[in-house]
Amino acid sequence: MRIALFSTCIVDAMYPSTARATVEILERLGHTVIFPKGQACCGQMHVNSGYFKDALPVVRNHVAAFLQEDYDAAVAPSGSCVASVKHQHPMLANRCGDDGLAADAEEVGAKTYELSQLLTDVLGVTNAAEQLGSYFPHKVTYHPSCHGMRLLRLGDRQQNLLQTVDGLEFAPLPEADQCCGFGGTFSIKNSDVSTAMLNDKADAIEATGASLCAGGDASCLMHIGGGLSRRGSQARTVHFAEILASTREKPLVIPEAQGGVVVLNGGTR
Amino acid sequence: MSVNLGIPAVRSSGEGNLFAHEKFQSAAKRELKNEQLRANLRHATHTIRDKRLNVVSELPDWEELRESGSRIKENVMARLPELLEQFEAAFTARGGVIHWANDATEANAIVTSLIRATGETEVVKVKSMATQEIGLNEHLESLGINAIETDLAELIVQLGHDRPSHILVPAIHKNRTQIRDIFRAEIPNASPDLTDNPKELAATARAYLREKFLNAKVAISGANFGIAETGTLGVVESEGNGRMCLTLPETLITVMGIEKILPRWEDLGVFMQLLPRSSTGERMNPYSSLWTGKNGPDGPQNIHLVMLDNGRTRALADKNGRSALHCIRCSACMNVCPVYERTGGHAYGSTYPGPIGAILSPLLTGITAEENSSLPYASSLCGACFDACPVKINIPEILVDLRAQDVEAQHSVRKAPTEMDVLMKGASWALSSGTRLKFLEKGLPAGRLLAGKDQRISWLPGIAGGWTSSRDIPAPPQSSFRDQWAQREKFQKSQGSQQSQQSQASQKPTGKQGE
Repeated sequence: MRIALFSTCIVDAMYPSTARATVEILERLGHTVIFPKGQACCGQMHVNSGYFKDALPVVRNHVAAFLQEDYDAAVAPSGSCVASVKHQHPMLANRCGDDGLAADAEEVGAKTYELSQLLTDVLGVTNAAEQLGSYFPHKVTYHPSCHGMRLLRLGDRQQNLLQTVDGLEFAPLPEADQCCGFGGTFSIKNSDVSTAMLNDKADAIEATGASLCAGGDASCLMHIGGGLSRRGSQARTVHFAEILASTREKPLVIPEAQGGVVVLNGGTR
Repeated sequence: MSVNLGIPAVRSSGEGNLFAHEKFQSAAKRELKNEQLRANLRHATHTIRDKRLNVVSELPDWEELRESGSRIKENVMARLPELLEQFEAAFTARGGVIHWANDATEANAIVTSLIRATGETEVVKVKSMATQEIGLNEHLESLGINAIETDLAELIVQLGHDRPSHILVPAIHKNRTQIRDIFRAEIPNASPDLTDNPKELAATARAYLREKFLNAKVAISGANFGIAETGTLGVVESEGNGRMCLTLPETLITVMGIEKILPRWEDLGVFMQLLPRSSTGERMNPYSSLWTGKNGPDGPQNIHLVMLDNGRTRALADKNGRSALHCIRCSACMNVCPVYERTGGHAYGSTYPGPIGAILSPLLTGITAEENSSLPYASSLCGACFDACPVKINIPEILVDLRAQDVEAQHSVRKAPTEMDVLMKGASWALSSGTRLKFLEKGLPAGRLLAGKDQRISWLPGIAGGWTSSRDIPAPPQSSFRDQWAQREKFQKSQGSQQSQQSQASQKPTGKQGE
């Protein structure tokens, strides 16, 4: 298959290793990955903050960037960005009465998948160790991000992939389905409530005794990781794509905790 | 008389207890410090949440029921004027008297005059959101009429000179010991040795209430349903206090929001399954009372209904927010809300707290009323409320829509842009072009300098300080993914190789963190 990568703005700028891991997995399966150069961001920050007018150019750019490329499926390592592309883009286009944009947005949205969705539903990956050679000998817990869980109905796709990684000890997270408190600009506007939610999530992660909390949304992981870091916790966050990309030959190296730094180095992949 | 409820040109706004008097952010900050409140809320919401999940999961057609409930309510909203007239005709034919109230002031005045006509100065009340919304108790009290709440939790709140903090469990923020103290202080014949044993507490309240029931000449209730086809009103409750109020007094005055109409008797079948399971987590509630006008010499002889608008037609005119009027006041949304669980109901100011309150209050009053514009931001948009709602109100979508209304309204009155405006404008410019983002990402190494030795950013100025107050930001990488991708392509070209060979995402590993 020819697969267009939507890296998402936060992964592109802050977590390139997550995008590299995504490319690695897809190429390992024998697919061709392309990167539409015009892409930037899905615009959900603007939409969710009520800045519809400012969201529009961002949405237009995304739709145009992906419409002009030739590919079978687009993929992003982020549930919330995919949900935005699928649901918010047509909504916003209809809002401003741009039927052409709405049709284009529907077309792009229909071909866009979250990574675990693409792997499971389209590429038929049910066992990460067997089909991807994934090897990661660490104790890992997992937080299912809200938008993947409730807007995309990912169910246990991400968790299944993690649980089939060779050597991985899976530690279930108590009250996993509770929001971590990120919520985009909510984390700034209602920082106190957001922090209370974050602390409960961090408590739950620490209670598992896992050194890592995996997830499928870079922004939530940045939020949780930033909270763990501030507490001086030894636990860190990691995107599940990086775990899937890790093999015996090229293991994902977890750097020593330096004040709980959350960025993982993809080694020399 | 019949009233044309076609959407009037000037729609009146809701008034009464529908306002956040301070910004949610600051109210929440204060409430968060109340450890007792948070412990009570956590325990109570999680208990009800689990019960609801249990009884909902045992129905194989739960999703179909939700869909039915949602469709019936959509139909009601589309045909509200004719259904209200149909209800009026049926209710009046059975001896009921109907009154139309445009707002809280009118509703309070109507109820007052009805009580005055009986000469009574004490009335018993069934738990009712509508009467709380219009501030009926306070209004009556100011005129020397004592309205006694007979629902146990409402009584606790009333005796404690407090405000309810939850639609279903008004005293959710009080524990047994606090309740014992309130009873000792406020109930005339309460034993000075009263302990915090729930049985003892209930018996004390019961003795107090029985005497009230038997002497009351006037009762005031709300209604869960008004059935247009038959003119029937319904109250669904757990304790039986409602049944006492609805059957013993001579005069019964009901206050109901106009959106509570159901078209047909058989629609009850859907809602009597949806409501108890979503609300208390019971398969069926203990007491369901239905009355259709006057029933011969039995029961109340003077039956009144005050039909309340108070901003409902205003909400009805909002095509994106309209479905908030589907709400059956079950409180499932607040029991699953991570924000409500931590702040409690008082932070929302209005009678309607939690996710539904965050949309309903501004829809009834308009987004610019008092501090109600802060309510739609009281959510991380996690979506738990939408999943729990028995009538499928898409609360997250309406929250976002109201935020957009707020941004529009702010921009129309403000000259100077806020820091958030500037941030959003800048981000819109930067994120609507791959070229511009690529250019800006050249600044990533500078961010690494900002992070310093320990590779994290712990302080940022301005609104971003809201983030760094409790969270670090990792040092950014040396280069963006798109730069690394471009380098890889360049390398592959120089090798004359094709893509889909072995992946070499970055050809110049530095071995540094954040690469």
